[in-house]
Amino acid sequence: MELTALLECLGSVSCIVTQSSTGLIIGALLFLVAAGLTLIFGVLGVINFAHGSFYMLGAYVALTAYRVTDSYALAALAAGLGVGAFAWVFERFFMRRVYQSDVLLQLLVCYAFILILDDVVKIVWGAEFQSMGMPKSFQMPPLFIGGGVVPVFYVYLMLAAGLIALLLWFTLTRTRMGKIIRAAAQNPAMTSALGLNTRLIYALVFSFGGLLAGLAGGLAAPVRSMSPGMGFSILIESFIVTVIGGMGSVSGALLGALLIGMIRSFGSIGFPLFVEGLMFLSMVLILVFKPSGIMGKAQS
Amino acid sequence: MSKQPFAQRRTLLKLGAVASAGLAAPFISRAQNKPIRIGMPTILSGRVAMLGQASSNAATLEVDKFNAAGGFNGRKIELVIRDSKGQPQEAARVARELVTSENCEILLDAEASSGAFAVHEVARDLGVLVMHSVSETSSLSADPKVRTPLGFRCARQGIHDAIVGGAYAAQIAKAKNLKRWMTVSPDYAYGRDTTSEFIEYLKFFNPSVEVIGDVWPKLFQADYTESVTRLLQGKPQAIYSALWGGDLTSFIDQASIYGLFNEREFFAVNMADYAVLTAVKNVPNGLHSGNRYLKSFPNTPANTHWCNAYQARFKDLPLNWAWQNAAAVQFLTTAMKKANSADGKKVADALRGMTIDSPFGNNGKLTMRAEDNTVVDYAVGWGALEPKEPFMAKPSPGNWKQIAELEMQWKKRKSFA
Repeated sequence: MELTALLECLGSVSCIVTQSSTGLIIGALLFLVAAGLTLIFGVLGVINFAHGSFYMLGAYVALTAYRVTDSYALAALAAGLGVGAFAWVFERFFMRRVYQSDVLLQLLVCYAFILILDDVVKIVWGAEFQSMGMPKSFQMPPLFIGGGVVPVFYVYLMLAAGLIALLLWFTLTRTRMGKIIRAAAQNPAMTSALGLNTRLIYALVFSFGGLLAGLAGGLAAPVRSMSPGMGFSILIESFIVTVIGGMGSVSGALLGALLIGMIRSFGSIGFPLFVEGLMFLSMVLILVFKPSGIMGKAQS
Repeated sequence: MSKQPFAQRRTLLKLGAVASAGLAAPFISRAQNKPIRIGMPTILSGRVAMLGQASSNAATLEVDKFNAAGGFNGRKIELVIRDSKGQPQEAARVARELVTSENCEILLDAEASSGAFAVHEVARDLGVLVMHSVSETSSLSADPKVRTPLGFRCARQGIHDAIVGGAYAAQIAKAKNLKRWMTVSPDYAYGRDTTSEFIEYLKFFNPSVEVIGDVWPKLFQADYTESVTRLLQGKPQAIYSALWGGDLTSFIDQASIYGLFNEREFFAVNMADYAVLTAVKNVPNGLHSGNRYLKSFPNTPANTHWCNAYQARFKDLPLNWAWQNAAAVQFLTTAMKKANSADGKKVADALRGMTIDSPFGNNGKLTMRAEDNTVVDYAVGWGALEPKEPFMAKPSPGNWKQIAELEMQWKKRKSFA
């Protein structure tokens, strides 16, 4: 425990700027993955354990697209759309068959796909780890704000994540599509009785969740090394985020992701050997005092 | 006449003997030509699969070369390669199966340390010769309680890298007056041991060095942002890292955008391996590394030739695990010839103290040190890195006399000698 270092940091503008922006960027990327996970759970009621693999697939698709087009924007777009399309197929032919089944069966289907996708990645892209490298447009010195250091690339990533969060919020709360999705989440039988195609809604939501994971993988690709199995660690952290924020709540995922980001950022200064512990401790505290999560609704 | 039945019986017996000898001959001949099966557990799936792949590639290359040259007394070597998935219990199971079910006479253990110790115990239990070709944990061969007469190591050792790296870094620290150091290494046994040994020898060669902080990201962490900013907050003049593979690549990429390497010296023991050097798209100038495998170090025709042969066959550059496995096969085949036997115990006797010609030797030769069954005199060195081939233009080779002396002192401190 290095409380003195933490106190010193909290008394220094440069340290606060650097660590806060660190927390924001960790949180922003976590949010993109966790948002899809929580959206799928909120509407479909299933936990997509293969979500980490979607993130991995997104990173690899972005790598290939970047090599072909030399454009980071196109690479991220290809990652999102490519994984979204894959998620559609995955939902249509596999997940749809186990919606009514035991959670164990859902877990097994997802786990099978985790293994299959790891092997597919190995066959297509190779077993060795790979790196996209920083796009030329972002190869520039970091910004110095109040003495703190903020990389330009991370500013763009935070803006992109913020924009996606805003779009999600707008779509879910201010559009007809959002109303339908919320209706399908609350009462699928009634939604179906009203003549709405719930199967299509489910496929759309699942696909959109996959798109978000793929986009996160694509956006983060310049600063992540890629290797088969890379989705596992992000899946664990995304689960922590969704549990803290409330399973099924997108705004909760945002809050949870930012909280985890700040814990990791400032925790690494004050509790360098207990950062992971702090993350799990915060999850335990939430589970004890508000089991439904910060923004989750208690089940009646 | 009375002798007739005896004579007939003798004739019959002789005929029987000749016939049975004739019938048995193909079997004896077949036994003599039976391939020598070498079992090779390694990691062929998961995040470090490319290391296991490089190991099996290099071993296959050497075995094929040996077989093409006629093998051993007409017997060819057959490599039986199995995936341990990087799990120690699986490595132990696979190793046992290779010996008991697959009839392997020798084990070539290309497992990371946790798996290597498990395979080591299986080999001890079964009384089989085992050549560890990957584990860098010094105690595997240095600790007499762990060491076995039939257990050998043909892989670099952490303590050797620490001595050479400590001496090299101390020299740079003196020249550039680098006193404030921090470390960033993976939080598991290898990361912690390697880092503490490096710092021990850095301080031994330059007592004015002060370690002002350490950062321990977990193994296979995806995001190093908080580690990078913590290093920035510490304001060190120099940083040491035992990160490796994809973790090191991610760290370099993420630290670069913070400008971490701009005004600091960075020493990464595992950087100079093609897997990292080719993956990092923008290797910052002024990074220092220990060699893992480089075509240019040692800069000899033999090493260049070996690298070209590997690259031509596998369309890939060899890694650290590759040269170690190639050298391991070179040791085993030379020992078989010297012992004129493929029997594990006889090969082990021949291996002890053996010196072979090898592209990976410090002076073109490698020695299997008799006192602890471990390889010495391999090419070990540190140097400043460049973003392009040859990546390390002026490596500083380690002094093996100095390594041996300090290693002996270290063994005494650890009660290993």
